[in-house]
Amino acid sequence: MSYPSSTGPVWSTPSPRLHSVRRAQLAAGAVPALLLAVAVGAAAGAVTVGAMAAAGVLIGAGCLDVLLGRRVRAWGFTERHQDLMVRRGVMVRRLSVIPYGRMQYVDVTAGPFERAFGLASVRMHTAAAASDARIPGLPQSEATRLRDHLSALGESQATGL
Amino acid sequence: MSLPAWPPPALREPASGHADLSGGWERLHPLSAVVRAGRGALALLLVILVSSLNRNGNGTEDLIRLGLVIVVLIVGFVSWVVTRWRIAGGVLQIDTGLVRRQSLRYPLTQIQAVDILRPGLARVLGMAELRLRMAGGSGSSGRLAYLSGPAAEQLRARLLAMAHGLDEREPAPPERPLYQVDPRRLVASLLISGPAVIIELAVVAVLVIAVIKPGLAGALLASSATALIGALSAVWQRFNGEYRLMVAEAPDGLRVRAGLVETSSETIPRGRVQALRLVQPVTWRPFGWCRIEVDLAGRATSGRQNRAAKRAGRALVPVGTRAEAEALIGQIMPGGPTERSKPPGRARWKAPLRFAHLSYGLSDRYIVTTSGRLRLVTDWVPLAKVQSIRRSEGPLQRRLGLASVHLDTAGRMIFAVARDRERPEADGLLRTLPDACRAARAAETGIGSGHRTPR
Repeated sequence: MSYPSSTGPVWSTPSPRLHSVRRAQLAAGAVPALLLAVAVGAAAGAVTVGAMAAAGVLIGAGCLDVLLGRRVRAWGFTERHQDLMVRRGVMVRRLSVIPYGRMQYVDVTAGPFERAFGLASVRMHTAAAASDARIPGLPQSEATRLRDHLSALGESQATGL
Repeated sequence: MSLPAWPPPALREPASGHADLSGGWERLHPLSAVVRAGRGALALLLVILVSSLNRNGNGTEDLIRLGLVIVVLIVGFVSWVVTRWRIAGGVLQIDTGLVRRQSLRYPLTQIQAVDILRPGLARVLGMAELRLRMAGGSGSSGRLAYLSGPAAEQLRARLLAMAHGLDEREPAPPERPLYQVDPRRLVASLLISGPAVIIELAVVAVLVIAVIKPGLAGALLASSATALIGALSAVWQRFNGEYRLMVAEAPDGLRVRAGLVETSSETIPRGRVQALRLVQPVTWRPFGWCRIEVDLAGRATSGRQNRAAKRAGRALVPVGTRAEAEALIGQIMPGGPTERSKPPGRARWKAPLRFAHLSYGLSDRYIVTTSGRLRLVTDWVPLAKVQSIRRSEGPLQRRLGLASVHLDTAGRMIFAVARDRERPEADGLLRTLPDACRAARAAETGIGSGHRTPR
């Protein structure tokens, strides 16, 4: 992967546990689907159809899991002197540069799955709705550190609209 | 229900004495309730009239409708009774609300612009609505609906003068007209643009069918009536909103006046414009016409008081010649790039329809990008307004060695996207643009503060 790295930014990445979070979220969807396939198959007496549906669900979940793993590994951010750089995406690769001066506020969120693994997401908001500065899967201590750091930087470099 | 004491103790002036009971308070125009009840009440009254003419009697339904009208009017009247405003101590204060009392204060120094709106009914009655646009938040806009026309004009001049720290009686500063739409051209351009063409085709189709098979035409018309009415009202809204549109340059920003039935006079404060777009629809191209829209800062918020915000992407030039448009752009956004570069030829594989229109140009103050499949869309974004920069690269782009660079602004419709550039070029842009934007911003704030003091 070649991001513009002539100056050699050091990319921080989300915790590998983010993959576990994604896996848990996937399982939360896949397991009921699997049970439903088996139950419907058994109730209708069409065991082969049920088994095929179940296999389909399993294979689909496996493929998704691989993709999710790659997506987790593709995510990264680096705090530069005057801006934050965030890269993400496997199919569509995105690389965002968000100047600290444009930051309006930072929030840290942690959904139930993330919380179970001790992780949190940090998101930096600018006045532009399209700004894409979300970093998921940071350990909670790192998330609060980043939040404080970013808001301090934003305050010192603020420029408004 | 008993009326609360007015003003409620919390709002009452401390030791105001007895000499001046009003304390400088003023009321809105007494007919405000009528205008507010407005169209709904009028429609109901019409329904009553028609049905009573038709049936002579059997009036329970009519009574209910009449009751509704009366209730609406009473509500409007009560809201008029409990609403007062005054200017005191450099603050415009509006007290309103019967059950949930509000006392809104608008510091005059934070006023960015004062707009005057005249909906159709208000115009008939010679009234106008005054709307304040405050600096800072996007949601806070004060409304005085309605005042009598001359009073609104006077108050506007007074508020603006006070906002700029001048004497109250200072006349409004002169304006320099920049552009005025030609009504005939507006009509012609609307006739050959999107929704109107659909209507025309539908009318032709119905006529043809009526000739061939008269029975079918009626049914067809009935079934497509709602769609037609929708398209018609869209065309009407554009015509109504852009009729006699005038743009003028004033010290505090761009004045935009327009309207046929509902007229408005708005000011777009300097520095509020996030981006500008020049559109050349394919049907307009033979005539060399184009349209200019601007995108303003501010987020979508709910509620009717933010109708102005909903129209954020508003037209400065509904239809104009290329020369007119370029002259206006030169006035609003001087110093744009003079040349643009096209993407490499292999981008044709990724964007076959767009390719002919793709290009971008960069100066030290603006980025200009062009795109569009059928119509040609040119977007101007001041580098000083860029909020963040993104490079994105889809699977097909990766195979072709291309990438797009997006520049996000606080606007909501118009963004600059340099599409399908060479990969190294995109990387280079991503490296240099943040610094270019910072420099542009620094230069602009320098100019901005220099601008404000002398006036």
